[in-house]
Amino acid sequence: MNSVVNNPLKLWQLPGIHPPENKAQSLRTPIRQANLPAQLVVQLSQPRYNRPTLRVQVGDKVAKGQVLASGSTSLGITAHAPAAGTVVALGDMPVPNASGLPELCAVLATDASDQQWDKLPALDYHHTDIDTLIERISDAGIAGLGGAGFPTHNKLRSALHKVDTVILNAAECEPFITADDALLRERAADVVTGCLILLQLTQAQRCLIGIEDNKPQAIAALRPHCQDPRLQIAVIPTQYPSGAAKQLIYILTGKEIPSGSLSVDSGILCHNVGTAYAIARAVCHGEVLLSRITTITGAALTEPGNYEVLFGTPISALLKQSGLQSAQLSQLIAGGPLMGLTLPHADLSVTKITNCVIATTAAELPAPPPAQACIRCGYCTEVCPVKLLPQQLYWFARSGELEKAKMHHLKDCIECGACAYVCPSHIPLVQYYRAAKAELTEERDKHRRAEYSKQRFETHQQRKAEEKAQEEQRRAQRAVLAKQKKAEASSSEPAATSAEATIAAALARVQAKKAVQVPTTPLDATANTSATETTSPATANVNQDPSA
Amino acid sequence: MSTLVTSSPHGHQGISTGTVMLLVLLACVPGFSALCFFFGWGVLFNLLWLTGLALAFEALVLVLRKRPIGYYLRDYSAVVTAVLLALALPSTAPWWLGLIGIFFAIVIAKHLYGGMGYNPFNPAMIGYVVLLIAFPVQMTRWLLPAGVGTGLPDFATAISIFLDQELLTGIDAYTGATALDAFRQQQGEQLVSEFWQATPVMGQWAGLGWEWINVGFLFGGLYLLFKRIIHWHIPVAMLSSLTLLSLLFYDSGSSASYGSPLMHLFSGATMLGAFFIATDPVTAATTPRGRLYYGALIGLVVFAIRAWGNYPDGVAFGVLIGNFAAPLIDSFTQPRTYGHKL
Repeated sequence: MNSVVNNPLKLWQLPGIHPPENKAQSLRTPIRQANLPAQLVVQLSQPRYNRPTLRVQVGDKVAKGQVLASGSTSLGITAHAPAAGTVVALGDMPVPNASGLPELCAVLATDASDQQWDKLPALDYHHTDIDTLIERISDAGIAGLGGAGFPTHNKLRSALHKVDTVILNAAECEPFITADDALLRERAADVVTGCLILLQLTQAQRCLIGIEDNKPQAIAALRPHCQDPRLQIAVIPTQYPSGAAKQLIYILTGKEIPSGSLSVDSGILCHNVGTAYAIARAVCHGEVLLSRITTITGAALTEPGNYEVLFGTPISALLKQSGLQSAQLSQLIAGGPLMGLTLPHADLSVTKITNCVIATTAAELPAPPPAQACIRCGYCTEVCPVKLLPQQLYWFARSGELEKAKMHHLKDCIECGACAYVCPSHIPLVQYYRAAKAELTEERDKHRRAEYSKQRFETHQQRKAEEKAQEEQRRAQRAVLAKQKKAEASSSEPAATSAEATIAAALARVQAKKAVQVPTTPLDATANTSATETTSPATANVNQDPSA
Repeated sequence: MSTLVTSSPHGHQGISTGTVMLLVLLACVPGFSALCFFFGWGVLFNLLWLTGLALAFEALVLVLRKRPIGYYLRDYSAVVTAVLLALALPSTAPWWLGLIGIFFAIVIAKHLYGGMGYNPFNPAMIGYVVLLIAFPVQMTRWLLPAGVGTGLPDFATAISIFLDQELLTGIDAYTGATALDAFRQQQGEQLVSEFWQATPVMGQWAGLGWEWINVGFLFGGLYLLFKRIIHWHIPVAMLSSLTLLSLLFYDSGSSASYGSPLMHLFSGATMLGAFFIATDPVTAATTPRGRLYYGALIGLVVFAIRAWGNYPDGVAFGVLIGNFAAPLIDSFTQPRTYGHKL
């Protein structure tokens, strides 16, 4: 079996950067349990998805592992109570996200009862059908723990019967973050089980575990568990951003995922190690996802490290446990220093995607000096992992030439920040790209809305034309009828030879019949007229409705 | 507790534009030293005079444009422009020549086009070409290099030359044709080897002095490459196309020869142009493939002017023609983005 491990995989290369790793600080101690806070603020809704269905009300006592909310459609993530306690509030609250928009959260006052909700039964994944496995993953509330937070069961469903390679992303290329490293060092067996479940689910032929060569201990911990010949540890050179999904796929397989398409459509399913671990715990142990490993690090802390954190734990509590020196704190970053999000304060809670919190000082990550002019040095082009021309994109974004930016594939930018990291003029390039992307999206939406209105208008015009034509026809028929009546009145000879006359005669009979009925059912007649009239106010309404 | 909110990334590798420019200046030292050795005090006068003027003009324009002065002066781009122009001027340049040149470079070519980062043409080369066209006599009046003729003028004479007191200096005693000039003038009359022996300004493989000056700039250029301040594409492409063309027209050293590749590589402003001027990122092509075309184009123009043009050297014109072509080259040489077909 060792032959598989020793047989080195061919690797491909992409541009990137080599920032100081700053990983050692948080790896001095093993994973610690974060203290149970008095209150947990658990995020229930996700941006872009429908609101989840609440399963609890304010005032309810909940047990650890009880469902708080479940996805209202198949798209969505189930949220569980991370600890026993009482629901004291439900509502929109700020969460650590880029948009700054609040999400539906449940506030849980924890108690010491530690009452447990009934565990799900453990499954033997070898002998469980695919639907049951995916349902279990959905029930356990598993989302992509690498940072995207995409519902894992949805990703798996889209991958069924399509995938020949599973890639386990253990690259963890961003400085400071060591959550995956710590997880692999201590819990490699479960991570590998997660891989095997993914292989079982997708029927893929192989699983490549992509890991950077700066994690020798994690690699050593993985090795003894990778006996299955389908598993292969792929040690890749340490370089940022090798851990970005598409970049890792290229480094390991040489395959480029076509722009705008998903990796599963190219036969590759990529999952983070944390997700694989959560899958293994959910399937083999019936555990729902209540916590994650989060790196709490930065120079403003005296005891940085990795913590097993219940979702909803306030970041302030974690910082306190790690020995925060408030006076030195300059910035709080959720995520890594290159793609992370700065938090305005620590009164936000850990979510499923919070893999790292950096409490940094001005000396560790100094604030950027004012930007200077772009001198087109092209250092950014050298490091762009997507092979864009960042400096051209910057000029286009700056001058509002959005069409040109689009032509230069602005949308393929993964916002890794490598360009801004090397820019000698300290231009906040990624910020420009984000703004330009948002403008492009808005433009596209506007265009779509206009297109939709146009279609509606055209359909309406067509319908009006059709109605008019029908009306014309009826009028013509009436005219013929009238003529015939006149003819009948003037000369009583029948014009039975022409077909037109036959129709007219038939119509006349019908008309005559109706005329007989009119006195008996007067309501019918009024109903008839009103029915034809109602169309006009309705069409007027359509005309005036610009919002659609 | 409230913390600073910024857009990612939150780290930086720490190299600033000012640092880049200072490293470029540092890399000029070997070539500059060789120039001083072979052409005397005038080189140093030019350098100091133009640097001072460039900073003054830059500050003046920044005041007019209502920009923070100290902040922009600290990017050292004006100093680099001044130094490059100073290195290109003959050491006999009178004070007013440099003044006019640097005025055109900083005020017109740089700031009237929008300032740092916006100028489509290399400012130093605009300054140089304006002078070359307007004052051809002063711009082609080179001293005989050290070791030929009467020797270099002493300090006092050099000052007189700088102050344009022509009658005092008897400058004609010191000046003579440069190697490239001499080579052009004899063309069609002598074999290359005969010419070499008959002409004292020729050195080992190129012009006397000039070969060492070029070695100096080559050395500085390699340092910039090593420090990853410049990319290899432009110098390699420019020197390759120059080598290739001179090889093609070498004609094994006959009287019809346009000179050996070695002579072209180590004469005139070849190395200064290849590593310090053509690589000016603001005005060069920016795509990796485009830089190759850009460099090759400059090499082509340099050789064409040296071989068939009216000027002994063509680096300045080559670079400016390259500047013209850069936007076009860029738009035709987009790299293939990940996940896209070409």
